[in-house]
Amino acid sequence: MKIHEYQARDLLAKAGVPVPPAKVVETAAAAEEAFIANGMPLQVIKAQVFAGGRGKAGFVKLVKSAAEARAAAEFMLGNRMVSPQTGPEGVAATKLLVAGAVDIAHEYYVGLVLDRAKSTASVIASAQGGVEIEQVAHSNPQAIVKEPLHPTLGLQPFQARRVAARLGFTGKQAGVMAGILLKLANVFVQYDCSIAEINPLVLTKDGQLLAIDAKINFDDNALFRHADIAALADPAENDPLEVRAAKANLNYIKLDGDIACLVNGAGLAMATMDVVQLHGGKPANFLDVGGGVKAEGAVEAFRILLSDKKVRGVLVNIFGGIARCDLIAEALIHAGREVGFKVPVVVRLEGTNVEKAREILAKARGELPTLKTATDLNDAAKQIVAATRAA
Amino acid sequence: MSILVDKNTRVICQGITGSGGGAFHTKGCLDYGTKMVGGTSPGKGGTKDANGLPIFDTVEQAVKATGADATMIFVPPPFAADAICEAADAGIRLIVAITEGIPVLDMVRAKKYLADFAGKVTLVGPNCPGVITPGECKIGIMPGYIHTPRTSGKRAVGIVSRSGTLTYEAVWQTSQLGWSQSTCVGIGGDPVKGMDFVDVLRAFQDDPETEAIVMIGEIGGTAEEAAAEFVKKHVTKPVVGFIAGRTAPPGKRMGHAGAIISGGEGTAESKILAMRAAGIHTTDSPADIGTTLVRATGG
Repeated sequence: MKIHEYQARDLLAKAGVPVPPAKVVETAAAAEEAFIANGMPLQVIKAQVFAGGRGKAGFVKLVKSAAEARAAAEFMLGNRMVSPQTGPEGVAATKLLVAGAVDIAHEYYVGLVLDRAKSTASVIASAQGGVEIEQVAHSNPQAIVKEPLHPTLGLQPFQARRVAARLGFTGKQAGVMAGILLKLANVFVQYDCSIAEINPLVLTKDGQLLAIDAKINFDDNALFRHADIAALADPAENDPLEVRAAKANLNYIKLDGDIACLVNGAGLAMATMDVVQLHGGKPANFLDVGGGVKAEGAVEAFRILLSDKKVRGVLVNIFGGIARCDLIAEALIHAGREVGFKVPVVVRLEGTNVEKAREILAKARGELPTLKTATDLNDAAKQIVAATRAA
Repeated sequence: MSILVDKNTRVICQGITGSGGGAFHTKGCLDYGTKMVGGTSPGKGGTKDANGLPIFDTVEQAVKATGADATMIFVPPPFAADAICEAADAGIRLIVAITEGIPVLDMVRAKKYLADFAGKVTLVGPNCPGVITPGECKIGIMPGYIHTPRTSGKRAVGIVSRSGTLTYEAVWQTSQLGWSQSTCVGIGGDPVKGMDFVDVLRAFQDDPETEAIVMIGEIGGTAEEAAAEFVKKHVTKPVVGFIAGRTAPPGKRMGHAGAIISGGEGTAESKILAMRAAGIHTTDSPADIGTTLVRATGG
């Protein structure tokens, strides 16, 4: 789960990480008041959206007066932000962060992520902050400092001091930096984060260390023990179809192709997308209906797939283990009756109760003229690609 | 021969009464012929399950009474890491954790706990379909009938995979083409887990009856790259490889697969290149895993 910058900033501030003064506003008038209340000559207004590319799109703006703050806020609240990460339709911002700007002497990156190879979380830090850490990792890997957390004891003070020293900190500042790292590591572990990063962590010209921007994501599987964090979720930021799918216990991710896929199992779902592409088609989505799928969930899955206007065909690939093929076949017919299959549907079923499923589909053939069955995965992909091209 | 489990493996189910699959799959394993000898469900010790298997409050009691050496865990996610530790502490040799959705940091701590039992305990999973030696022992949720027992006299392939249903796909294809499977191991899709590709590959290489190996990876992480390196140095048997997720967009988590690409690391391309460089027979299509095996082995 993701949260907004202002929410991440709040969590860090509560944990004792120093941040510049800031206010969250929802109107241009409030932005003007916040500028005055913050009482700093130079401030920055930042739209609170998940997508990156805010600066270039004009949704992060330096302002020098209350009037400029108002104008910037009016622009950000009145327009949708379009960046390479949003798609052409863009995203709307409803909240803005009005924060004091600082005189930057140097920008650092500090973050925590899981290190799969070491099976524990690790500090990632770099004296080259303000840019994407992936870029630094790619172009200048030796500029990155890593420090794995002890799996049960967490980050130790000596490790935090070592990171600070490797980043070039000395004297009192090294102690402040180590303190920030320990607090960030505590936030990561306490809230079951999947990523917690401050970028940039700024050293100001007067020698202060301040967190200017922060990103925190959480392990969805641990939200059951963090009701306070779960409450921070912003459903408006998610694709409405994805939200609807999540409610029906379906793993659905919208993509930009035109062949919808309905599959059981995440690995098989990815492989099905791959095979569609291999035969020249473009998948419209990732959809894993899961092993324990019931009839209602399967019907909802079809409704979701078919409500995507781009979809020109559906490929159903079920390898019944826990999931039963006959149940999927019945759901297919039910969905066909309810929403109507105006597009071609190719079905490949194998596994538990497959014979029964084939009988069910054979009986309904007259009712669902666009429905075809396939013998194996290759055949299924070929058929759906050919059918969508012909349509 | 096989790896990890055979007809003598004595299995309990932790979470045997649960609606999370414990009850249903205990019966499935029993029906397949697995020596299921009991289960645990705290608070229900002293009773029996629907199949007449004894239920215990603790794994320690279950091991003492039944001589179990393996466990199949269906305990719900908030308590599953604790169940893994309990099994290790009770002297279980093989822990197969089926549970999906365990918090990552719980697994980080559990894995550290298991380090004290190095050499004595093997963990498979979590979030995996399980382990099966066809015709002898099935611990997990895979449909049994798609497998072909080694005792059929057919050549045997060992299968290792991060995915569930995609493993069934591979098993089915190899069965259709006249192969048997020595053992199939679903190592699971979670970022922190027990056995990894390298551990299973080593076991298959050492198993005299496994003639060839199929490994099925996914985008994300670098386990497949490490596996390719291992194959290059230590595996003399033919290996067939497939990576799922070529078309997955960067930064998106594909369901519970634990598959996510970030920063150019763990892409399908980097994995496929590493596998090819190691002499692994790769296929671009998940529908051609079986035929690639046939080609790689000359039959």
